[in-house]
Amino acid sequence: MPAAVMEIEHVNIKIFAKEPVEADLAGAIPMFHRWIQESVTPELLVDVADYRHVPSGPGVLLVGHEANYSLDLGGNRLGLLYNRKTAFPGEAVEKFKQAYDAAMQACALVEADPAFQGKLKFDLKHFELIVNDRLLAPNTDETWEALKPEIEKFCQAQFGGAFGLRREGGPRERFRVVIESDAPVNAR
Amino acid sequence: MKASNKYWRERLVERTSPHLVKELDVYESEISLKKQGKIDDKIFAETRLRRGSYGQRYDNGQRHDGRTTRQIEYPSGELTKGPSTLFDAPGMQRIKIPFGGLNADQLDTLAELAEEYSDGIAHVTTRQDIQLHFVHIEDTPTIMRRLAAVGITTREACGNTIRNVTGCHLAGVCQTQVFDVTPHAKACSRFLLGHPDTQDFGRKFKISFSGCKDQACALARLNDIGCIAAVREADGKLKRGFEVYVGGGLGTVPYQARLFEEFVPEEEILPLAQAIGLVFARLGERKNRNTARLKFLVNKLGMEEFKRLVLEERANLPYEDAWTSYLKDIDTAGEEPLKSPSLVQISGAQPKSFKQWYRTNVYEQRQNGYATITITLPLGDITATQLRKVADLARTYVKDTVRTTIEQNIVLRWVSGADVAAVYAELDAVGLAAPGAGTIVDIASCPGTDTCKLGIASSRGLSGELRTRIIARGMELEEAIRGLHIKISGCFNSCGQHHVADLGFYGVSRNKNGYTVPHFQVVLGGQWGENAGAYGLAIGAVPSKRIPETVDRITGRYIAERLEGESFQTFIKRIGKAECKKMIDDLTQVPPHDVDPSFYTDWADAREFTTGDLGVGECAGEVVSPFEFQITACEREAFEAQLSLEAGDTGNAARLAYGAMLNGAAALLRSRMVTAGSPDEIVALFRTHFYDTQLFFDPFTGGKFAHYFFRAHERAGEKRSAESVHRLIEETQLFIEACHSCYGKSLQQMVAV
Repeated sequence: MPAAVMEIEHVNIKIFAKEPVEADLAGAIPMFHRWIQESVTPELLVDVADYRHVPSGPGVLLVGHEANYSLDLGGNRLGLLYNRKTAFPGEAVEKFKQAYDAAMQACALVEADPAFQGKLKFDLKHFELIVNDRLLAPNTDETWEALKPEIEKFCQAQFGGAFGLRREGGPRERFRVVIESDAPVNAR
Repeated sequence: MKASNKYWRERLVERTSPHLVKELDVYESEISLKKQGKIDDKIFAETRLRRGSYGQRYDNGQRHDGRTTRQIEYPSGELTKGPSTLFDAPGMQRIKIPFGGLNADQLDTLAELAEEYSDGIAHVTTRQDIQLHFVHIEDTPTIMRRLAAVGITTREACGNTIRNVTGCHLAGVCQTQVFDVTPHAKACSRFLLGHPDTQDFGRKFKISFSGCKDQACALARLNDIGCIAAVREADGKLKRGFEVYVGGGLGTVPYQARLFEEFVPEEEILPLAQAIGLVFARLGERKNRNTARLKFLVNKLGMEEFKRLVLEERANLPYEDAWTSYLKDIDTAGEEPLKSPSLVQISGAQPKSFKQWYRTNVYEQRQNGYATITITLPLGDITATQLRKVADLARTYVKDTVRTTIEQNIVLRWVSGADVAAVYAELDAVGLAAPGAGTIVDIASCPGTDTCKLGIASSRGLSGELRTRIIARGMELEEAIRGLHIKISGCFNSCGQHHVADLGFYGVSRNKNGYTVPHFQVVLGGQWGENAGAYGLAIGAVPSKRIPETVDRITGRYIAERLEGESFQTFIKRIGKAECKKMIDDLTQVPPHDVDPSFYTDWADAREFTTGDLGVGECAGEVVSPFEFQITACEREAFEAQLSLEAGDTGNAARLAYGAMLNGAAALLRSRMVTAGSPDEIVALFRTHFYDTQLFFDPFTGGKFAHYFFRAHERAGEKRSAESVHRLIEETQLFIEACHSCYGKSLQQMVAV
């Protein structure tokens, strides 16, 4: 059975924080515990993991069944990472939208949290899209050719025409695209 | 579960041995059958455990969220992957890395797996394994296929098997080694993996190889079999062999391995391990897992009889080529450098941070012109990006290989002196150039309450906090304490190896002011050097939030009062346990909840520590219950037993320890309004009220701690050796902890009623 790039699952979206960041990530620990207590996301939330001690690591991680959320420090850059772990039905573009919407909603929750209010803002128009599956979506030109139209379709719907895409990373890394736009975000 | 799982088998089949392909096909089928309810829970649990797939905390589907205990409603509902272990609950995948040896391709694969199936982190353990956390059971066959394709197996990483064979990370390059033990560790691991004679153990079995006696790189004396390199002269030639120790182990009550044979020739080491395994399989305890480790068998039989049985077994073993086949090429099997030797270049232009790092993280090899670089991993954690960088460095600067260490770090060996600064710069670029390898800042910790089902307190949270504070002090830190070892376990099971640290801690809890408060027992007197030369004893439980102050106070006292050249261990011995305890007495106090609620949460966890489970009922006022008074007296007695042991009065120490147990049991009985007079009566009533009813049982260890008490009663008045009294005191402490826990459970039940 040949692997098919259009079967992709496990879309990750990392929405970058706006510089300068003044917040202390320790505040994410009680915040994520509250998210579990109050079941604030559609996903089943399980536990909180603290990786603040790891340079450029996962920061503070909220482990869920369908997805993880984290205030992630990967690439030495803080962002809200939504890591989809279970399948989401639909075409690739719907998967991108689901992951982006979930990340965006999480950003709003973080910005409104007492620990981060006024200290942490996210740039909803500057984010990374990662496909967390090297077999279905290796970081190659072929994957880029296959997925670029789908990503453009998603961006078109989200931002209109004004956006830029840039594939990043080497062949050993996961398929990763940086998306930037100046247009207002359609939905929040 | 990944959509791509179905493709990986086909993709990797050519790169995997047919035997492994078949084995993993079977495992994948077993998972399918489990989903269909066609495999028994216990059998499936052992199946996955033998492949390194563990359960994790909350996998019974219950979690206290800080307010209340909630059910975690996984999509697959009640479907399980073992007794009380829900199928969908995240688990841990342990990956065996014999002697810590990894190559660049393997590092790349581990990076991929950490990203795609885990949380982006690979965790190096105190047995040189790698662990991935938060893994779904249905992804594990693919993880194993991808590992198998690069020559790694997870087989027998858990379960009642031979665990990862550990070895000195400096073997082959060490200044003080007798010889390079790598080939022996590798051969032993291969030979015993899946061997028919090692498949029927009642409990796990651990082996280590150490290149020399004085250092601690392999902690030979805390393993079931510890092999320390030795040479003997025979016929004018030096013959390689090993000083062999058996029956060591930490766990709840630690045993130091005892000398089995001063010199076992190298060609005999594998058959000897096989023979020991056979005796263990034949005579080791099978029903009660709490007494099933080899240490209990050696203790029960006595060394003389154990040795006789092993040698008898050895004499009957049919010859196997693998015993010695690896020895043919042993003189040429060592690692080689990629680059020519050269001196390390240190100049004034290099940053101060480089010099600090160089001082603690660079080891001059026995081969002139080469260095071993330690990559310090905070709490043993490394990201996927960092793993790829380490793989790049292994390809660029050395001949493709690295090793993990039992201090949860990674070493790059055979770095040419001229490349040291360049390697530093590359490590620094990805956050891997932290100094302090092997120093007080390089704290080892088990996973504790973060992910372990048995964790009581947050060992990683405490490690992170201590690390941050010590790093903040940086170069202000006194030279005298820089080399100290801190090791932290989340519970009494000792996975953080707290017994052999200068400053050891293990997680316990205490009922205070109607709440459960996280604490750590402070363990002093342990010895990291000489392959774990001495085990420490607990001197008292301190609230988690006061452990940093405890560390400051003890180390501060050492700095202020040590004699010239006096080691920390000698200092502790000189001032005595009573003085040590006095030093921390005021720190054991817990302020009321309304004065400082922070004491009632653990490090890096915002939830109130089990208050939801306990609640605040009529038993939870400010009044100290008679039980608390009595149990405090028991702790004092147990401590006095330590003092007597320290003073060489083993008879009095044994009497005090046993008395502490008796009084603990009596205190529990009194909390139930049951009074007892004589020791026999206390034991009988305790058995009826707490053992037979299982009220005293721990969910994981069952009635183990009660057995300590029953055994102590049976042996009351018997003459014991110092080692035996040391163990009795350990058991007493654990019995008292269990009394605390049992009383806490009783309170909960009363609140619930």
